[in-house]
Amino acid sequence: MSAFLALLRRDLVMSYRQGIDAWVVVLFFLAAGILFPFAIGPEPNALMRISTGVVLSMAALAALLSLDRLYQGDFDDGSLDLMALSPLPLELAALAKALAHWLSTGLPLLIAAPLLALMLNAPTESYGPMLAALALATPALSLLGGLGAALTLGSRRGGILLTLLILPLYVPVLIFAAGLISRSTLLEGDPTGPLLLLGGLDLGLLAITPWATAAALRQALR
Amino acid sequence: MTELSLENIALERGERRIAEGIRARVAGGAALLLQGPNGSGKSTLLRVLAGLLPPAEGTITWDGADVTRDREAYRARLCYLGYQDALKPGLTALENLQFWARYGGAKGSDAAEPALRAFGLARLAGRPARMLSAGQKRRLALSRLALSDAPLWLLDEPVTALDTEARAAFIALLGRHLTAGGLAVIATHEPLAIEARVLSLGPES
Repeated sequence: MSAFLALLRRDLVMSYRQGIDAWVVVLFFLAAGILFPFAIGPEPNALMRISTGVVLSMAALAALLSLDRLYQGDFDDGSLDLMALSPLPLELAALAKALAHWLSTGLPLLIAAPLLALMLNAPTESYGPMLAALALATPALSLLGGLGAALTLGSRRGGILLTLLILPLYVPVLIFAAGLISRSTLLEGDPTGPLLLLGGLDLGLLAITPWATAAALRQALR
Repeated sequence: MTELSLENIALERGERRIAEGIRARVAGGAALLLQGPNGSGKSTLLRVLAGLLPPAEGTITWDGADVTRDREAYRARLCYLGYQDALKPGLTALENLQFWARYGGAKGSDAAEPALRAFGLARLAGRPARMLSAGQKRRLALSRLALSDAPLWLLDEPVTALDTEARAAFIALLGRHLTAGGLAVIATHEPLAIEARVLSLGPES
């Protein structure tokens, strides 16, 4: 347990010291989202219709930004070798890294989301469901992203490959999250279905991705 | 008596056979030096011995038992120092060492400061690793050895970039390790002031 916390703490300290990581993710999220009013015109009703969808898709893209460095640094400087040899199973190390990624990108995105929603004229009643959807979707993005980062480790142009590999996997997460928002804001809508699906997806990924990620990391070390 | 034995090991790098028929025994208290030209498989052999790579052929035994039978117990017995230093540029020297102490070291993070002192790094404890010289980084990587109580040390070019003082500190640490019944397998190009058997790996054929 102390090794798990040590790794989590190290990754958070590093991302805090580099400082830019969390800020770059949040600024990208806001800047990319603000392109939409410029591109489709400032018509309030049109913006209102797309607002929460833009927030969700931009969050998915922003979460991708810092992924390609998730394991690359540890791979390049030999730390990953030592992690593979340490008593802490690589599966738990993968979980710690995904958790650190969520805390340093998912959580800041969650905090910045209302700001972007405000700029996109999102309907008032959609803020709560949107935050709930993001809170459930971002852990899935981090877990899937960690797997993608491990799979593309050591390959040239890993960043591009990672994006191509991971974006299709993000599609179901987005569908359930969007379903959760629209069902919650519609009159007589029942959000239980997407809520359960999204929660189930998180738990399923929590059970599967650490093993898959660790297997991919071991492969990369050979 | 602890004994590490390599039986008929063959090495491959990228599906190319680079060495065959490697046989060696190292008993407690002894060191084995791996020597040979660049590309002869010294680092690969160390990675195989650490269990990071499977051997293309042959078996490695610890006290007569195949190490693949209980990987975790074997991993707990070894301390691996690769040719890379495994340091994070943004963390200070002390933080880097404390991390590895918490992560896998047997002695816990309290042992980090004495380990720094052993390699003359006490003054640099608060300095970020990115501001250390190549030799200072190597010393910091070597001080990880002082955190471990593993009986088997696998060291890849441990004295690269070290000055005479740090070299002497390393030899002293290694001497204590061997006197206490430890084993060491060391890949090196440079002569080390210890008594050890030499395993020469041939040039690539």
